[in-house]
Amino acid sequence: MTSAPVAIHLHDASLQHGQVRALDAINLRVEQGERVAIIGPSGAGKSSLLHLMATAIQPSAGRLALFGELPWQLSGRARQRLRARVGLVHQAPPLPPRQRVVTAVLAGRLGQWGIVRGLFNMLYPTDVPGVRQALAELGLADKLFVQCGQLSGGQLQRVGIARVLYQRPDLLLTDEPVSAMDPVLADHSLALLNRHAQANGVTLVASLHAVELALAHFPRVIGIREGQVVFDSPAEAVSPQMLDALYANEHLASPPLQGPAAVLTVQIPRC
Amino acid sequence: MLKAHARDPAALPRLLLTLLAVAVLWPGLQLSELNPGVLWQAENRQQIASFTQAFWPPAHDAAFLQLLYEATLQTLAVATAGMTLALVLAVPASLLASRALSLRAASRGGRAGWWSRVLRLPVRGLLIFLRSVPEIVWALLFVRAVGLGPTAGVLAIAITYSGMLGKVYAEIFESVDQRPAHALLQAGSGRLMAFFYGILPNAVSEVVSYTVYRWECAVRASVVMGFVGAGGLGQQIDLSMRMFAGAEVASMLLTFLLLVSLADLLSRFLRGRLT
Amino acid sequence: MNRAINLLVLGVIIAAVVASFAYLELDLHALVGDGGLGQMGEYAGRFLHPDVTVEHLRAVWHGALETLAMSGLGTLLAVVLGMLLALPAAGRFGWPLQAAARVLLNALRAIPELVWAALTVLAAGLGPNAGTLALALHTAGVLGRLFAEALENAPAEPAAAIRLQGGSQVAAFCFGTLPNLWPQLLAYSLYRWENNIRMASVLGFVGAGGLGQMLYTTLSLFQEAQASTVIIAMLVLVLLVDALSDVLRQRYVRA
Repeated sequence: MTSAPVAIHLHDASLQHGQVRALDAINLRVEQGERVAIIGPSGAGKSSLLHLMATAIQPSAGRLALFGELPWQLSGRARQRLRARVGLVHQAPPLPPRQRVVTAVLAGRLGQWGIVRGLFNMLYPTDVPGVRQALAELGLADKLFVQCGQLSGGQLQRVGIARVLYQRPDLLLTDEPVSAMDPVLADHSLALLNRHAQANGVTLVASLHAVELALAHFPRVIGIREGQVVFDSPAEAVSPQMLDALYANEHLASPPLQGPAAVLTVQIPRC
Repeated sequence: MLKAHARDPAALPRLLLTLLAVAVLWPGLQLSELNPGVLWQAENRQQIASFTQAFWPPAHDAAFLQLLYEATLQTLAVATAGMTLALVLAVPASLLASRALSLRAASRGGRAGWWSRVLRLPVRGLLIFLRSVPEIVWALLFVRAVGLGPTAGVLAIAITYSGMLGKVYAEIFESVDQRPAHALLQAGSGRLMAFFYGILPNAVSEVVSYTVYRWECAVRASVVMGFVGAGGLGQQIDLSMRMFAGAEVASMLLTFLLLVSLADLLSRFLRGRLT
Repeated sequence: MNRAINLLVLGVIIAAVVASFAYLELDLHALVGDGGLGQMGEYAGRFLHPDVTVEHLRAVWHGALETLAMSGLGTLLAVVLGMLLALPAAGRFGWPLQAAARVLLNALRAIPELVWAALTVLAAGLGPNAGTLALALHTAGVLGRLFAEALENAPAEPAAAIRLQGGSQVAAFCFGTLPNLWPQLLAYSLYRWENNIRMASVLGFVGAGGLGQMLYTTLSLFQEAQASTVIIAMLVLVLLVDALSDVLRQRYVRA
C-alpha cells in the first residue's frame, strides 16, 4: 500500500442550509488517481457535495480532509495554497461576459502566480500557446480572442473546463460539466477529462445527470439521494434495480440548462 | 485546425494606448503643476489647521443667523425664478428644435426634409452654445452688465438652463413613440395640437422628473454663482472667506449642506408625486 | 384624494414661483425697458471683436492646455481615490470601515468644487495645482459613491470562483469583478470629465489658474476683447471634451 495521502476523506460530513439538510452524515474515501462519478436525482445534493469537497462551503458537522490536511483548520493563506491544488468546474461557468477567452483560461493559474504576474497577464497574455493547447483539446482553439459573452452555453462550459485543465490541479471536481452539450460533444468531453486524469494521475470526481455517460466512462459510481449515499460501487456492479431505487419517483428529465451569464446593462447618466 | 493568430490581436492597440497615456500624462503633470504634497508641508498644514480650528464652534449669534436665513431665501428664490425664466425660453425652443413636430418626418417615416433641418440646426446650435458656456461665466458677465446682486444670478441660470432644458426636452420628445403624433399630423391636425395630444402625454413624466432634478442643480449653482457676486449664500461665503472668519464659513457650509439635502428631499418627493 | 393633493402641490409651486420674483424685487421691466436693454446690448457688443493677436492667442493656448490638464488629471486622480474609497464603502472590509468611508465620501461630494478650490488655494497657493486638487477631492466623492453602488450590484460568482482555486483577493477582484465593472466605471468617469472641464474653467475665478483666471482678470480690467477670446476658447474646449468623451463611450462602454 503506498503512503500517498488519500485525496478526499469525508467523515460524517453534514451540510445544513437553514432548515434543509442538504447532506447527511456522508462517509467517503477517494484515493489519489481514482475516477468517480456521482449520480442521483435533482436536488439530491450532488452539487452541495462537490462544493463541500472543493472547500467552497464549510461542513456543518463532521470533517473534510484533502490530501491528508484539514482545510478548515488551516490558516487562510495555507487554505488558499491547498485550494490551488483543487479545481472545480462549475455547472454555470463563472466567466465575466466582457472577458476574453484567453484571459479567462489564464485565470486558472492565478493560485500559483504572484500578484504581479497575475495582473500583468490581465493586460498582456503571456502564455498563449499553453492556453491554445488547453482549448484545442476541447475544439475551441479558434475562439482564443473572443469575448465570453459571445459564446453559446456549451462553448462557455468548455471554456470553464479548459480553465480548470490549465490550472493542472491534483484534484479535479466537475459539477455537471456537460449539461449544456449535445450527446456527442458530451461524450467527447468526458472521454477527454478521463484521459487527462489517467495520464497525469489526477483524481477526478464528476457529478452527472446522464447515467449512461457515468457508467460508460467512470470505473466507480456513487449514488446520492436526499443527501445520503445510497450506493458506492464499481460501474459494472451497478444494476437496474439499484438505479430504480435511486431515481424512484423522479422524472428523468434533463436538468434546467444554465444559460450564459446575464446581459449587462450599463447606466449612462444623462447630463 | 485553423491557423489562429500567433499573437494577441489586442496587444498592439493596448501597447499603443499605454504609450499614449504616458505621453499625455507627463506634460499634463507639468501643466497642472500637480503636487498633493503641498497639503502636507509644514506651514500649509499650520494654515489649514488654524483655519479649520476656527470652524468650531460655528457662528450662531442672532444677527448672523438672520443674515444666513435671508441669504438662504435669496438663493432659493434665485434658483426658482431662474428656472421659471429658463422654462419660458426652453419650451418654445425645444418645440422648434425637436424633430418630433416635423411634418415631412410624419409622412416619410421619421426622416425630416432638408429645409426643416436647416431651421432646426441653428436652434439646436444655439441651445448647445447656451449650455456649453459655464453658468458662472454668464453670471460674471451679467454682474458686469447689471451690477452685483441676485439679478445677475437669475439671468445666468435662465440662460444656461434654457439651453440644457431645451436640448433635453427636444431629445425626450424624439425618444417617445412618434406614431400617435404622426398619425395626427397626417390626419391634418395642427402641429401644436399633434404635440399636445400625441407626444406630451407620453413625455410628461420624464420631462417633469428632469425639470425637478435641474431645479435641485440650480439651487447648488446659485450658491456657486454667489461667489462672483450674484447674491445669496455664495456671496456671503465668499465674503467670510476673504475675512478668514472661520466660524462664519463653518455655519454657512452647514447651512449649504442642509439646503442641498432639503432640495434633494423635495426633488424626490415632487418626482414621486408628479410622475 | 390623490388629485386634490396634486393640485395642492401644483398650487404651492406656483405660489413659490410668484413669491420668488416678489422677494427678489426683480423688476424685469426696469431691466429691459428704460434703455436697460440697450445698455446690455452695448455691453454685449464690446465682445464682438475678439482679440486675435499672436501673444494673446499664445496666452489663451497655454491657459487652455492648463485647464485641460487640470480637468483631466483631476478626474484621473478622482478615479483612483474614488475607487480606493469605494471598496470599503461597498462593504468589502467590514461594517465600521464602510460607515467611515461613506461619511468621508458624502463630505467630499457635498462641498462644491468652488469651495474646495477656495480651501486648496489657501493651502497650496494660487495656480493650477489648487484647481486640480479641488476637482480631484470633489469628484472623488461623487465617483466614489457611484463606484460603490456599481460594486454592490456586480455579480459575485466570478470572483468567488477565483478565490476557490487559490487566487488572492486582489486577483479575484481584477479577474472576476473588474471585467464586468469597468465599462460602467468608465461611463461615470467620462460623465464627470465632461462636467469637470466646465468647472475647471470656473475654478480660475478663485485663483486656481487656467482659462478661468484669465477670464476673471480680463473682465476685471474691462478688456472685453481679450475676454471674448477666452470665452471662445472655453467653448471650444467644452465641445472638444464632449466629443472625445462620446467617442470613448461608443468604443469602450457599449460592448
